Parts: sequence; structure tokens; C-alpha cells
Amino acid sequence: MSSVAQKKGFGATLWDWLTTVDHKKIGILYFLGGGFFFVVGGIEAMLIRWQLHKPNNDFVSAGLFNDLITMHGTTMIFLAAMPILFGFMNAIVPLQIGARDVAFPFINSLGFWMFFFGGLFLNLSWFFQQVPDAGWTSYASLSIASEGHGVDFYAIGLQIAGGGTLMAGINFLVTIINMRAPGMTYMRMPLFTWTTFVASAMILFAFPPLTVGLFFLTFDRMFGGNFFDHTMGGNTIIWEHIFWIFGHPEVYILILPAFGIFSEIFSTFSRKRLFGYPSMVFATVLIGFLGFMVWAHHMFTVGLGPTANAIFAVATMAIAVPTGVKIFNWLLTMWGGSIRITTPMLYALGFIPSFVMGGVTGVMQGAAPLDYQLHDTYFIVAHFHYVIVGGVVLGILAATHYWWPKMFGTMLNEALGKVTFWFFFIGFHLTFLIQHWLGFWGMPRRVWTFMDGQGWNSANFISTIGAFLMAIGIIVLVYNVIVTSVKNVKVANDPWGDGRTLEWAIESPPIYYNFPATPLVRGLDTVWIEKMEGNETGLTPAEPIKDIHMPNGSIIPLLMSLGLFIAGFGAMYRTEESWGLPVLIFGLLWTFVAMAARSLQDDTGYYIKKDEILRDLKRKGGQK
Amino acid sequence: MMKGLKKWRLFSLLAVLTVFLAGCGQEELSTLLPAGQVGQDQFNLLLLSSAIMLFVILVVVAIYLIALVRFRRSKLGEDHIPEQVEGSHKLELVWTIIPILLVLLLAVPTVYYTYKLGDVSAMGAVDEDGNAENLVVDVTAKLYWWEFEYPDLGIVTAQELVVPMDEKVYFNLIAADVKHSFWIPAVGGKLDTNVENVNKFYLVFEKDSKNLKDGVFYGKCAELCGPSHALMDFKVKTMPRAEFDQWVTAMQATGEKQVVANPAGEEVFQQSCIGCHATSGVGETGAIGPNLATFGDRNRVAGFMDHSKESLIDWIKYPQKHKPGNKMPGFADQLSDSELDDLAEYLMGLSVEK
Repeated sequence: MSSVAQKKGFGATLWDWLTTVDHKKIGILYFLGGGFFFVVGGIEAMLIRWQLHKPNNDFVSAGLFNDLITMHGTTMIFLAAMPILFGFMNAIVPLQIGARDVAFPFINSLGFWMFFFGGLFLNLSWFFQQVPDAGWTSYASLSIASEGHGVDFYAIGLQIAGGGTLMAGINFLVTIINMRAPGMTYMRMPLFTWTTFVASAMILFAFPPLTVGLFFLTFDRMFGGNFFDHTMGGNTIIWEHIFWIFGHPEVYILILPAFGIFSEIFSTFSRKRLFGYPSMVFATVLIGFLGFMVWAHHMFTVGLGPTANAIFAVATMAIAVPTGVKIFNWLLTMWGGSIRITTPMLYALGFIPSFVMGGVTGVMQGAAPLDYQLHDTYFIVAHFHYVIVGGVVLGILAATHYWWPKMFGTMLNEALGKVTFWFFFIGFHLTFLIQHWLGFWGMPRRVWTFMDGQGWNSANFISTIGAFLMAIGIIVLVYNVIVTSVKNVKVANDPWGDGRTLEWAIESPPIYYNFPATPLVRGLDTVWIEKMEGNETGLTPAEPIKDIHMPNGSIIPLLMSLGLFIAGFGAMYRTEESWGLPVLIFGLLWTFVAMAARSLQDDTGYYIKKDEILRDLKRKGGQK
Repeated sequence: MMKGLKKWRLFSLLAVLTVFLAGCGQEELSTLLPAGQVGQDQFNLLLLSSAIMLFVILVVVAIYLIALVRFRRSKLGEDHIPEQVEGSHKLELVWTIIPILLVLLLAVPTVYYTYKLGDVSAMGAVDEDGNAENLVVDVTAKLYWWEFEYPDLGIVTAQELVVPMDEKVYFNLIAADVKHSFWIPAVGGKLDTNVENVNKFYLVFEKDSKNLKDGVFYGKCAELCGPSHALMDFKVKTMPRAEFDQWVTAMQATGEKQVVANPAGEEVFQQSCIGCHATSGVGETGAIGPNLATFGDRNRVAGFMDHSKESLIDWIKYPQKHKPGNKMPGFADQLSDSELDDLAEYLMGLSVEK
């Protein structure tokens, strides 16, 4: 590891990325990995919409359609949205709190590689032609009955990826609690850090149920576990409870960081402090708490009885209150500000009406008796795409433009960014608005085709056109990324000119130890405060420059995850192939050996000498 | 300026309403044209919640647009530094309390309807002679068809539910293989058919299906149940009580020898089909294949194909091609063309309504 930028060979660069424990590089790895799966899930979505563009279409078969919807949902939630958000959390949160890395850099790397190998495992199902086909919810009776190894790919792949997520969540919790710079009290943390904190706490409580559920499912399918076989004393409804006890908080795990992203953007491009910061924090925590109290609203039609349905209906509606508080705080942040419509701000402005639409339909479904009509129809499809695309994906796209300079040191083209936005935004509403009505008109979700003469033809056709507009938007974005990277025009610390939080006070991208000296935080939006007081650098150091302790890179996280990946195939083929059991044992042993190597190795990291830091500062010319 | 804005707002409201009214869907399967008390209750809740939500959307959009127009940097100048307002307790209280009131406004009828629609206490009631007071139908969902048993009447049918109008009809729902969900959109919300327990609810049918496009309401499976989930449709015939009683009597009579449209076809049926399919409507639930006593009265083959001899023959030959994953074997190799022709004619003649 050397701080001096030098030309490295391809092999050395690759090795550097495979072994990195630097939060900024892991952030980019998450971003690229999630971006790849986002494209895969998007292609699946296009195939789904093409199949449904006309009645009685036979573009894909019934079985393949179920593969597509299952993989689209699973990929988008677990392998695209979450990893991309983790990418931003990794790249930005340590900078926002004035830290040099996350609390556990090694675990951070392990979390990424487990996500990567889990996602790879899940998607290799396409090459084995045994694809998960029981929906992203994989309800027990169907997932147990599903033939082939499709659902095994789902259960094992998500188990591996989910382990990585849990580690990432714990890591962010510890980082935010322990590694804040002097003066960065909880009530001075930027909203993105706050939402990351609450989302991480939710991961801590929501993912263990998923882990347990997936183990039950795996045991049922592979070892005759009978947890969900009602003829053997099992119960399928239990799966639905376990899944949604995880699944509902999961929705908030996705949307809260997006809320954080938009809070930063509204405040930055309105040149104004976030309106009602304490109530924003409180609303975030409250949403995180209530998120665990409402899972049964996904199960209103299961037959839990009127008392359970009534309680969960009212609890669900209650979430509308803190969410509404957030919306009005954003509006009032803009009010009286100085609004500059950049690409990130454009996404934030598009987010408000889109997310409000998704939110209000959520309250409508919270009315249990009404949900008896809406549940499992296209109305639901419209609703959750309004919150996930209109909330999370718009947030991801906004953050991509907003933090691109901080992550990559270059600026995405603003004109192309706006072209992306308009294609995506118009396409999004065209696709999903009409689907509310498809639901009203009696169209169930997850149907691979529909008969002519039910009045659904033109609405489905419009929906398909919208999907293609969204795809054009994403293609323009990819083009933008390529052009920007090829041109490679480097930008300064704060290319937006209105940065308020610590990440905008250091260079883009930051040097590998982030801060030559840990900064002193003097209030909410500390960089803004410093700038207003005439401190052009936006930073006041809290300590003199001294040696910095840094962790060493390691290949062990990759090897540990690889072992689990290998063991997964062994577990799946244990009963039908003679190599199954040996491969299962080999894979697990591999992981255990890697873990032992980590435990026995005495790696205390290394120190960056004070001289080197001063040399870096001199070369950059000016930062004091 | 304000006047123009008001006009514009009125116009957009009208536009939204027009979309609402024009977009009511088709009478036989739209939740927006409810054909019974349960569906009507749910529709009322939809109207109430939509009204509240449209109000919220209008308020948000209004503040949003005004802020966007008034506070643009292009207007205020590049160097304008806005006042760094921390917040306002008064405003924050307002937008906490008003949403709470709106939610309460919706929560009260929600709870009321939840209990009202969940009330099946009258289900087992019997009169002085020990006869059931209400019609009860036991629904069994199977890959990919529906079986309807009338336990108090001793009859069973499949794929087409027949019910009397203007009275509560109670349902016992269960699935025989994987989970499905029982839904008649125009009549009322759905309830899942779980594999391990019986779910109970009621529906009321207040429109005569005779006046509909196909003479039936459409029913759907609403829970992903495998490849042919999309094709697991059923139909509902509603009729006045007197007609329903006639239909029951006719069904009860199918236990005896019926009129046979094609004796040769009946022979084919006895050799190839009788193992799974019954032609008598007298009996209980639990058949391997759908009961065919009313086959000639139905409006679809296999729930979704045209009700014609040609598509029936095609179905018998290649059921897996039409409905992948269903449990019926194909007969393309077992039966000759003439046998299939006879069989189809025989099946089309099975009727209790003609």
C-alpha cells in the first residue's frame, strides 16, 4: 500500500480491488455490483412487459414468466437496490462523520464479497435452467412444491447475500456510534447518516428472521425438514409471517436511505438548512420502529380474522403521519430557499409527487376491507413500484449524479442527466399509473398472460410503452457514465458549490485516509457554517497532523465467501450427485480454514507517517 | 394570476374525475361496478379513502408548485443566501395533527367494515326443523380448477359457481395442493384458500348474471400457484332464488340416468375419463378432476378456452399445451379422431339447464 499515485499493472490493480478494505473502494464495488444486477433485473422487467403488451401473447412460456417475475423482484430488491444504497453508505457516511474508514474494514469487505457471491449463485440458476419460480416472496406451499433446484438457488443465494447484509448493517451501526469526529453529536449528524443508522438498526432486527426462514425452507427442500408441510405437522402461514416480519422492515431499509439522500439534496440545492431537523430525525426513528409493527398488512386476505386485521390496519395508517411530516419538512426546506435545479435536484423534485402517490395508495391498502379487493392485483404492483421506483430508484439515480464527483472525481454531464430524468420519469408514470386501474378492473398480479375481451388491452399496452421509455433513460445514463469516464475531467472539492456536509470539504475523490487531520464539527452542516464564517476550506482540524493507523488489505474475505458459494452447490446436489456431499464439506472447510487463517494471523495494520501526509498536503497545494 | 390558477386546478380535478368515471372497467369483473353488498362496502371505502388522499395530494402539490415558482435561484440571484430557518413548532404541529385526524377519519369506517365483513356467526344457523338457514358453499381450489360443493344440498359442481341472488352466501375455502386465492372482483374482495385451514366469509350477489356480456361473472385465482396461475379462472352464475331452487333440483336429479347426446361418446367416457371425472352432480368434494354434470351449460372449456367442440377436442388431446402444469394427461395418442368427436358431443350434451 502506497499513497503515492503510481502506474500499476492490470494484475496489481485487480489484486488491489480484490483485497481492498478501503470504504471508498468497497463503496464503488457495491455500486458497480448493484448496478450490474440492476441492469439484469431491468432486462427481466422488459421481457415481462413485452410478454404482457398484448393479450394471449406467447413471447415467453408460462414457466419462464414465473422465473422472470421471481428473479426480477429478488434481483431488484436484494441485489440491486440494497447494494447500490450500501455503495453510497460506504462511500459517503464515513466522510460525513469525519472518519477515516468504517469500524470493521475487514468485515466490510467480507460483506461485499458475500453479497457478490450470493448474487452470482442466485443468477447462475439461469445457466442451470432451474430458476426460482415461486415469486420473490416464495410462499411456502408453492416453494415447497416447486420442482427442480430453482427455489434452492433462491434460498441458498439469499442466505449468503443476506449474511453480507447483516454484517454491513452491524458495521454501520458501530461506525456511526463510535467513529464520529469530535463535535459530531447525534443531533448534528447529516440526515443521510441518520437514515443509514436507522436502516442499519432495522437490518439488525429484520435479517435474522429472514435467515431463519431461509434455513427452514432449505431444510424442508433438502433434508425433509417439514417446517412448512402441513401434512407432517408443519404450517405454511408461518412462512408468510416470517417472510413479512423481515419483508416489511426491508421496505423501510430501502426507503429510509433514499429519504436521507433527498434530505441532503433538498438542503444543498435550496441553499438552506433542512427544515425541522429534529422532527426529521424523530420521524425517521419512528418509521423505523413502526416498520416492525405492520407486517400482517401483507396478509389481510390470509384469514387472520377481523381483530388482527383491524389492529394491523390502524397501525399501518399510523405510518402515514411521520412520513407526511417528512414530506412537509422537505417542502418547507425549499420554501424561502434559493432553488437551483440541477440533475440531482430534478430527481428530488420528481420524487415528491411520485412518492406521495405511492404513499397514499399504501394508506388505501391499509384499509383492510378495501385491501381484500386490492390485494394481489395490479393495484399492488402499481403501489410498490411507486414507492420503490418513485422513492428508492429515484433516490439512487439522484445520488448517482449528486455523489458521482465525490466517488469518481468527475462530473456526470448535466444535460444528459436531465435527459435521463425525463425519459425515466415520464416512462415511470406511464408504466405504473394505469396499473392502478388494471387492478380495479380485476387483473390479478403475476399472471403470465391475459385473455382478450376483459378490457385490459390498451392499459397493458400503454404500460409497456412506459417501460421502454424508462429503459431508454437508463441507456442514456450508461452512455453518460462512459463518456464522463473517458473524458475524465477532474473536479474540485465541492463541484456543486453549495455543499454543506463534511464530504464536500475534502478532495474528489478523497485521498485514501480521507482526512489529514480529524475535523472539528461545530454544528449541523458544519462545512456551511465554516464557509459562512469565511473559512474557505470548510474545515477546522481537531488535532495536529500525526501518524495515521490504517488497516492492511486482505484476500481472505473473498476466499471465505467463495467457500460458502462452493458449499451451496454441494448442498443443492447432495442427494442426486455423488460429488454433492464432498463438495459441501470441501466448501465449508475452505471457509473455516479461511476464518482460522484470519484468526491466527497477527495483522495489526500499518502507520502512515506524518511526513508522508505533509508531503501529500504540499502536493495538493494549500489544504492546511 | 390567482384566478387562472384556480381555473386550472378545477380543470385538472375534472380531468381526474373523468378518468375515474370513464375507467370503470367491465361489469362482469370490475371492482368499480360492485354487484353486491360486500363489494359495495369496499367500494365506499375506496371512495372515502380516495377523497382523503386526493385532498392530501392537492395540498402537497400546491405548496410544492408555489415553492418551486417563487424560490428559484434564477429569480433570486446567484449570490442570494437564504435565511437558515431551523423549523417551526407551530407548522410542525399542524402537519402532525391534521394527518392524524385524516387517518382517524379513515380508520373508524375501516375497523367497522373489517368486523362487518368478517362476521360469519350466522353460518351454521339452523331453523326449527334442523335445516340450514343460509346457503353454504365449500370451495376447494386445485391446480388449476375450482370445485364447489353444496354440503346441505348434497350436490357438487366445478368451474361454474351457481348462487341465488339477494341473500348472504357463506363460503368455506380450502386448497387441496398449493395455496390459491378465491376472488370474484365484481362481487367482493378475495380470501385465500390455505392448505391447512378452512377460511370462512360471505358474499352477497345482487345482480342477475343473465344481463351480463357472457351471462356470468368472472372469478379469478389471486395467489401465484404455478405456471398456469393466469388460467385458473372460474365463472359465477347468479339467479333469483326460485330459479336457483330449480337448478338444485335438476342437479340432484343427475344422479339418475340422464339423456345422452351421443351414446358412443358415453362409451369412450366410461373407458377413458370416468376414473377422474364424474357426470353426476350428486356427491361430495374430493374428485381428481372437475365434475362434468353441467359441462354443456358452461361458457368456457378448462376455464378459459372457447366453449366449442373444436377447442374441447384440442384440450382433451393436449391439456399440457394449453394449461401447463395441470394434472390431466393428454389423450392425443389414446383416442382416435372419431372417438374424440363422439366424446366431445357427449360432453357438450351434459346439461341441467336445457
